[in-house]
Amino acid sequence: MTDLRLLLLSPADNVFVLREAVGEGETLVIDDRAVTLPHRLDRGHKIARRAIAPGEKILKYGAPIGSATAPIAVGEHVHIHNIKSDYTATHVIERKQEEPAQ
Amino acid sequence: MSGQLRGYPRPDGRKGIRNVVAVAYLVECAHHVGREIVAEFRGEAVHLIGFPGCFPNIYAQDMMEKLATHPNVGAVLLLSLGCESFNKYQLSEVVAASGRPVHTLTIQNDGGTRRTIEQGRAWVEEQLVALRRAETVPMALDELVIGTVCGGSDGTSGITGNPAVGRAFDMLVEAGATCIFEETGELIGCEDIMADRAATPELAAELRASVAKAATYYATLGYGSFAPGNADGGLSTIEEKSMGAYAKSGSSQISGIIKPGTLPPKGGLYLMDVVPDGEVRFGFPNISDNAEIVEMMASGCHMTLFVTGRGSVVGSALSPVVKVCANPDTYRKLEDDMDVDAGRILEGRASLDDVGAEILGLIEAVASGEETKSEQLGHREFILTYKSFEPAGPACLPSRG
Repeated sequence: MTDLRLLLLSPADNVFVLREAVGEGETLVIDDRAVTLPHRLDRGHKIARRAIAPGEKILKYGAPIGSATAPIAVGEHVHIHNIKSDYTATHVIERKQEEPAQ
Repeated sequence: MSGQLRGYPRPDGRKGIRNVVAVAYLVECAHHVGREIVAEFRGEAVHLIGFPGCFPNIYAQDMMEKLATHPNVGAVLLLSLGCESFNKYQLSEVVAASGRPVHTLTIQNDGGTRRTIEQGRAWVEEQLVALRRAETVPMALDELVIGTVCGGSDGTSGITGNPAVGRAFDMLVEAGATCIFEETGELIGCEDIMADRAATPELAAELRASVAKAATYYATLGYGSFAPGNADGGLSTIEEKSMGAYAKSGSSQISGIIKPGTLPPKGGLYLMDVVPDGEVRFGFPNISDNAEIVEMMASGCHMTLFVTGRGSVVGSALSPVVKVCANPDTYRKLEDDMDVDAGRILEGRASLDDVGAEILGLIEAVASGEETKSEQLGHREFILTYKSFEPAGPACLPSRG
């Protein structure tokens, strides 16, 4: 079984989307396997559905949304630290200490 | 459902869902005078629009002409400093030819700031008296032109708010209304699936070309249409954001591509190609969400459906903005600003079809005069900057060919 907090948008996808925020140290179940989150993740973030090799396409909505830049394990957070756009680079700003992530 | 709407009839055959006095400054130097005139009419249908630049621009001229003759506009006051490049004579003629009252005040000839403000307020007061007496006529759903944009997107936008708007768009197109979606820079990665929905093979090629143009344009600028808040919300790449944004278009056939300011043929779904043509000039295509809303209005949109995940609070001058909140956490934080709680879908409290039907019902209510949250709060944002476009090719509007 797979955790109800994980949303699979297309059967072809190699990522799930979090329906709700999941706290640090909490456990998610993916295909009967328990994965513990090393840090809190907000609603809408992506979790690997299976192991993904560097260079492999990330599939969401059944469509490629970028490529892996590092090996990604099942249950790992899939985001800008381990995937990149195949079109234009993603721009982020470093968050200031006094403004916590929501 | 249709037939219960009521609109203000205009000589060009279109109908407005609002009856606004537009006060338009034609250069930044006249902005303060415009703001002071409008401030006198807080809470009334007197809205400030304008163009800040002093250099001539065909696009800005066309946008102002289309906005000043928008079906929601009943009268127009033009504010000139006196030495700017904007062709106020042509704009005034276009508005007069549309059958609307129009008056131009030129600060350098009308006695400076204080006396121009006084004359402007007096003229607006006269127009308001006349507009309050204006009668409405029945209006059908197929007379509506509805646009959609998204802003402050996060990982929920493409799962709840955008596909719910897509459902509403499908119902509107089915009912014969005209729907416009946009931002080719946020369709990067969707070109093939979008081209499959084109009315003709030639239009399919144009759809692909419009996205390729956007990709090249943004690559030259060095940034995609992707803000840091998008990444905080769980979106990792422009193509991921695109897939979510694309869902706003629903599943109807795509009838054509229009440039900002082009009035689309009646009925059907159109893509607005917002990325300028030719070499990269004047900077980013749309510097913020309201620039997109202004372009939707210039193409005749009576109202704009705005999907947000992170939580945009904007509205617009001239046309209502319906805010569809994709993220249930954001909805709880910003409930006063949001018209639709699409995040219910994520929490299992509603289906996409439920929220799509709710949006359609809200469109009918707003078209019948109900104020949106941003209207109630007095949001009347407006921004217009420099751009340049070539006319669209014949393959872009097959039904007109």
